[in-house]
Amino acid sequence: MRKRQNNIFAGIDWILVLFFIVLIFLGWINIYAASVTNTSGEILDFSTRYGKQIQWIGLSLVLIIIIISIDAKFYERFSGVFYIASMLSLAGLFVFGTSVNGATSWYNLGFSSIQPSEFSKVATALALANFLNEPNRDLSNFKTQLSTFLILLIPAVLITLQPDAGSALIYFSLIFVLYREGLPAYYLIIGFLAIFLFLITLTLGFKSSIIIIFSLITLLIVYLLNTKKFHLNREWPKVLILYAVIGFFLFSVDYVFNNIFEQRHRDRFSIVLGENSDTKGIGYNTNQSMITIGSGGLTGKGFLEGDRTQGSFVPEQDTDYIFSTVGEEWGFIGSSAVIIIFIAFILRIIRVAERQKSKFSRVFGYSIATIFFFHFMINIGMVIGLLPTIGIPLPFFSYGGSSLWGFTILLFIFIRLDADRTYEW
Amino acid sequence: MEKKHLAYFSILLVGLLLIIRLFYIQIIDTKYKPSPLNNSAIAVKYDYPERGFIYDRNGVLIVANQPSYDIMIVPRDVKPLDTLEFCRLLKISKKDFLKKYKKSRIYSPRIPSVFLAQLSKNDYAYLQEKMYKYKGFFIQKRTLRQYPLKSAANVLGYIGEVNNALLSKNSYYQQGELIGINGVEKQYEEALRGVKGVKFIQRNRFNKEIGPYKGGVYDTLATVGKDVTITLDIKLQKYAEDLMANKRGGIVAIEPSTGEILSLVSSPTYDPNLLVGRERSKNYTRLFLDKDNNPLYDRSLLAQYPPGSPFKIINALIALQEQVITTETPFYCHGGFRYGRSSKAFMKCHCGTHGAPVKLDKGIYKSCNSYFANTYKKIIEKYPTSSEGMKVWSDHVKSFGLGNFLNNDLSTGVKGIVPDENLYNRFYPNFKWGASTTISNAIGQGEILTTPIQLANMTAIVANKGLYYTPHIIKKIDNKPIKIDKFTTPKRTTIDSKYFPPIIEGMFHVIENPGGTARWSRVEGIEICGKTGTAENSHGQDHSIFVAFAPKDNPKIAIAVFVENGYWGSRWAGPIATLMIEKYLNGQTNRPREEKRMYEGSLQDEYDKQLLKIALEKETK
Ligand SMILES: [Zn+2]
Repeated sequence: MRKRQNNIFAGIDWILVLFFIVLIFLGWINIYAASVTNTSGEILDFSTRYGKQIQWIGLSLVLIIIIISIDAKFYERFSGVFYIASMLSLAGLFVFGTSVNGATSWYNLGFSSIQPSEFSKVATALALANFLNEPNRDLSNFKTQLSTFLILLIPAVLITLQPDAGSALIYFSLIFVLYREGLPAYYLIIGFLAIFLFLITLTLGFKSSIIIIFSLITLLIVYLLNTKKFHLNREWPKVLILYAVIGFFLFSVDYVFNNIFEQRHRDRFSIVLGENSDTKGIGYNTNQSMITIGSGGLTGKGFLEGDRTQGSFVPEQDTDYIFSTVGEEWGFIGSSAVIIIFIAFILRIIRVAERQKSKFSRVFGYSIATIFFFHFMINIGMVIGLLPTIGIPLPFFSYGGSSLWGFTILLFIFIRLDADRTYEW
Repeated sequence: MEKKHLAYFSILLVGLLLIIRLFYIQIIDTKYKPSPLNNSAIAVKYDYPERGFIYDRNGVLIVANQPSYDIMIVPRDVKPLDTLEFCRLLKISKKDFLKKYKKSRIYSPRIPSVFLAQLSKNDYAYLQEKMYKYKGFFIQKRTLRQYPLKSAANVLGYIGEVNNALLSKNSYYQQGELIGINGVEKQYEEALRGVKGVKFIQRNRFNKEIGPYKGGVYDTLATVGKDVTITLDIKLQKYAEDLMANKRGGIVAIEPSTGEILSLVSSPTYDPNLLVGRERSKNYTRLFLDKDNNPLYDRSLLAQYPPGSPFKIINALIALQEQVITTETPFYCHGGFRYGRSSKAFMKCHCGTHGAPVKLDKGIYKSCNSYFANTYKKIIEKYPTSSEGMKVWSDHVKSFGLGNFLNNDLSTGVKGIVPDENLYNRFYPNFKWGASTTISNAIGQGEILTTPIQLANMTAIVANKGLYYTPHIIKKIDNKPIKIDKFTTPKRTTIDSKYFPPIIEGMFHVIENPGGTARWSRVEGIEICGKTGTAENSHGQDHSIFVAFAPKDNPKIAIAVFVENGYWGSRWAGPIATLMIEKYLNGQTNRPREEKRMYEGSLQDEYDKQLLKIALEKETK
């Protein structure tokens, strides 16, 4: 058991804490810039967005104290309970939830709203860590693979049904953690290949892509035959299956995209694939956000000087599009700095995760690194027009209590776990 | 690679990608640097200069501007007001007031819209004092076009709101701005409109305007529109329009030595003031829907008629050039020309020469069909095959500016048709066609079609003995004579100038000789050379055609007149052409009876008959 109950701060990784403070601070001043109006007065004016965010930040400090006061063992022991409770809270949305922008992702508590999917990330990461921590868990074993996928799939499906496909994506990204823990590489390769084929089909259409892909495979086979390591008379069933599977995959992507997707889904992809440059329609947000960022130039227009930010030209600028404020007011230098800080922060988490002796802590560490990384990549990728419009928050930057708390809890549980790494549990 | 390092590597790679992308949109790609024009944080205000005036060749003002005052409304800014008093001031009923108010609100609560258009000057002076009392209303001054002479609507064109197609092509124009839509207003839009001034005004973050953007460095001053002088003689134009009253057709008069268009008449025409201001769209619709008279259709430029007998002049010139005839070559006419064995293959002629030898001069002034049929046959048959002969003939004809666009500065036009060997080879794929098959070309019937402006140009070519200046309408911009190469360099036909004098002599005799087809149109003291024409019209009465130039030596005016359903050349077209020549050269006319007959003559009966006939033809089909 722990030997220094009188000092809860012993062993804390202050570098991570420093990152947290910097990100929270940068996030808040940009929310301030994006939401300040002529009628707002005090910084602590709780009727404003930035005032509310201050409130959330203050409450998250309380949360932090609680989290690091609790024994690390507690998180491991109760991870199952958290997971079940969290899945129930997701399922409960279908009965008690409130709809915002077409997605039933919120509980309305009267004084405030809560988005359970932000907290279920914590529960899932804990459950995953706990599951893999058991002895005899071997990710090259099919049964283990199945159970692990199930842990990720349940929340992903529940969240997709809200529907909030963006948040659901985060759970799939945890597959990278499994790779770190021994999941065979071909899962990732097949995954990447599927994404690649998916994009090819959408860009080139079914006919052209199947011609191109089949020619590539045929070339590959001809090459392999020449190397004499491959014999068609023995391997031909595999080759046939390969053709069939790829052909079927391309066909179903084409079919799903054109017959099952709704127009709004198709539109989102079309924008990123460069097929749709309609600046007033569906791509409006992204276009506005890119113009806003582009207008920042090298050094930016300065704090509160961004005329496009102040004129509220970018919708949702203090939530999903908060990064456009950074781009306009702080320019290329400021926005690159934010990216560098995020990258350093995530690398630091991985470094800390690698030094864990307990598998539970390491898996959890990798999980939160993955969660932060995908939020960061998808959000900024969307704001600067590299990825489709997928509405997920930028950690510590986007306005919102649930996401701020969710990310804070993730980080500080890990800091707590890390602080206890030298002790035998 | 160790998995840990793979993770580091991927994360760094993504970070690098994002930074490269940021570098691209923030530093490199200017697409994302909004210009002040489409930066919504900056208000753009325009200062519209006054549009240039248009003068005729003698400096007579034909298009001017008139101020017009509109009451504008910004519904959001309207404060409670004494409606009764306000309505009394504007001379509208309270019901009207509410209707207009509602309409403007639906349009936009924030954007100004017209509440009451075009106040009288008196009302404006009176209202101006009181407007401060009515918040949300203001008076905006605009300028409208004004046509003091009510003439030349087809030449001048009109202005109207710029359409969407042009908005997307031309970045100068904004929604709701005015642009020349037709005629000179369209062709010389850039000179006439000037350049609007632009002011960029910085808004603060509360959308209040706080002063010039960046100290006004991007602001530009308006440049006033330039005055334009056109080649028309507006007096002659107006005179021609009056002569054409109740008759349909087109007239084009050209100064041969310059190619300047002296008049360009399409009849029936309309008062250009109809397409100005409040009633514009209503009037436009009315004119547009008048499909029988078709006043918006510019017959002088667009109507394609068979040229008829004036075309014989070209055939004569080609025959001389090809040396298949001389001025002394005789042909004989026995009431017509037989071009085939069947009894139908006979082209009638009413020249009345009864077998006496017809030489070039007489052939022209008597307009003998047989003479020109023989001549035409000789041209085509000079060459081993009909195709070769037809090609030579067709190239000569085309050198007169026929069968193609003239490439002038008028906003509209058509090519007309000059047949060539390809056309006939298509027509008769399995048939050995020849001069006989195409004999109508000899007398300007058949496949060939010309517009009045092309025929006027052809006449100018004869007057110039073989060369021409592209007919054009612009004379001066901003009081400086134009220097446009394509209008100031002469173009040559394929006919040597030495072949023209005998033709001109023949045309002189058309009027001067007691046996000439237009002897009744003789004008004392002016040597006019002309040629009558009658174009067959399968739907109704034949068209009346006359081309002429004068004086014979050093010609000042060349003219072509088409009068639809005007029976024959000397009946309507001849008198109108010669009266115009007289008016232009002498400044007045001395043939009051002829003039009166033209002013009062109407061909409405013929148009009604033709309409009925066409309707019946359709019925029986
Ligand atoms: Zn005859």
